[in-house]
Amino acid sequence: MTEKEHVYVIPCSGIGKALGTVGRKAAYKIVEELRPQHTRTTCLALLTAGDEETLKEVREHPCISIDGCPAKCAQKNIEASKGRLISSVTVTEVLSRHKDLKPEGVITLNPKGCELANLLAKEVAETVDKIVKGEN
Amino acid sequence: MTIVRNKVGVVSCSGEEIPEGTISRVATRLVLEKLRPGETVTICLPLFLAGGEDERAFARVFPTITVDGCEKRCAEKGTKKYSGKPAATIIVTDILKKCTNANLKSRDELSPEEWKFAEKVAEEIAEKVDEVLGRKKGANEKVESCQRAEK
Repeated sequence: MTEKEHVYVIPCSGIGKALGTVGRKAAYKIVEELRPQHTRTTCLALLTAGDEETLKEVREHPCISIDGCPAKCAQKNIEASKGRLISSVTVTEVLSRHKDLKPEGVITLNPKGCELANLLAKEVAETVDKIVKGEN
Repeated sequence: MTIVRNKVGVVSCSGEEIPEGTISRVATRLVLEKLRPGETVTICLPLFLAGGEDERAFARVFPTITVDGCEKRCAEKGTKKYSGKPAATIIVTDILKKCTNANLKSRDELSPEEWKFAEKVAEEIAEKVDEVLGRKKGANEKVESCQRAEK
C-alpha cells in the first residue's frame, strides 16, 4: 500500500438500534484517534444512492465494513457497489465475546456500549495495520 | 399491502462523513423518541438495498419524510430509487442557512450548541409529520431539555 492510499472504514447507518451506534462510534474512534493517517470514512448512504465519486473511491481503496446487526447493510452495500471489501465485522460478533457489555441508547450510548465500541475499534485498527503492511 | 396513514416513516441519511449527517440522525431519533413517539417509525436507509421486498415496501406502506444532511440528498434519492416517492423532504443545510450562529463540527459527540440545532431540525421534522398527518400547523411543541434528559 502506498502512502497516498488509505483504508475506508465504513459503518452501517444503524439508526434503528444501539448496535449501529456502537459500530459508528468505533469507526469515528479509528478514523479520528487510532489510525487517522491511514483511514477515512464515508457515508454509506452515498453508496445506496449510487454516488459516482464514492463508488470510484470504494473500488479503488481497501474497505472494512462495520455492521451493527446481521442484516449487514454496510457489507452488502459495499459488495453491491463492487468495492474492495477486505474485511467485515459485526457488532453482534464482538458482543458475543463480551456479553457483559450490552449497549443501550441510540442517540446517546451507555458506558458499556462505549466500552464495546472501544474494543471493536482496537480490533479493527489491528486489521487496518495488516492491510497497510500488505498482510491482508 | 396495507397502507398505514396514521404513522409517518422518517428516513434519515446515514451521513457518517459530515456533522450535518449526525444532526440528521439525532434529529430523526428525537422525533421518534420525544416529539412524535407512536406516530413515527424509521428504517436504516442502506437496508433498502441490503434488505428484501418487505424493507423496500416501506415508503409504499408509510407516507415518508426524508431527512438529508447535505445537497447530495441520499435519503431522498435512495428512498425514491428503492421504495417510493417521499411525502416531504428536509435538508439540514437549508435549515443551517437560516441559523447563522450554528457552527457544526462534531461527527460523534454533539456540543451543546449542536444539540440545540439538532433540536431545531427535529422540530421542523415534527411540523412536517403534522402536515403529512393532516394536522394544523403550530401543533408542534419544543423539545424539552433533550440534552439534560439524555445525560
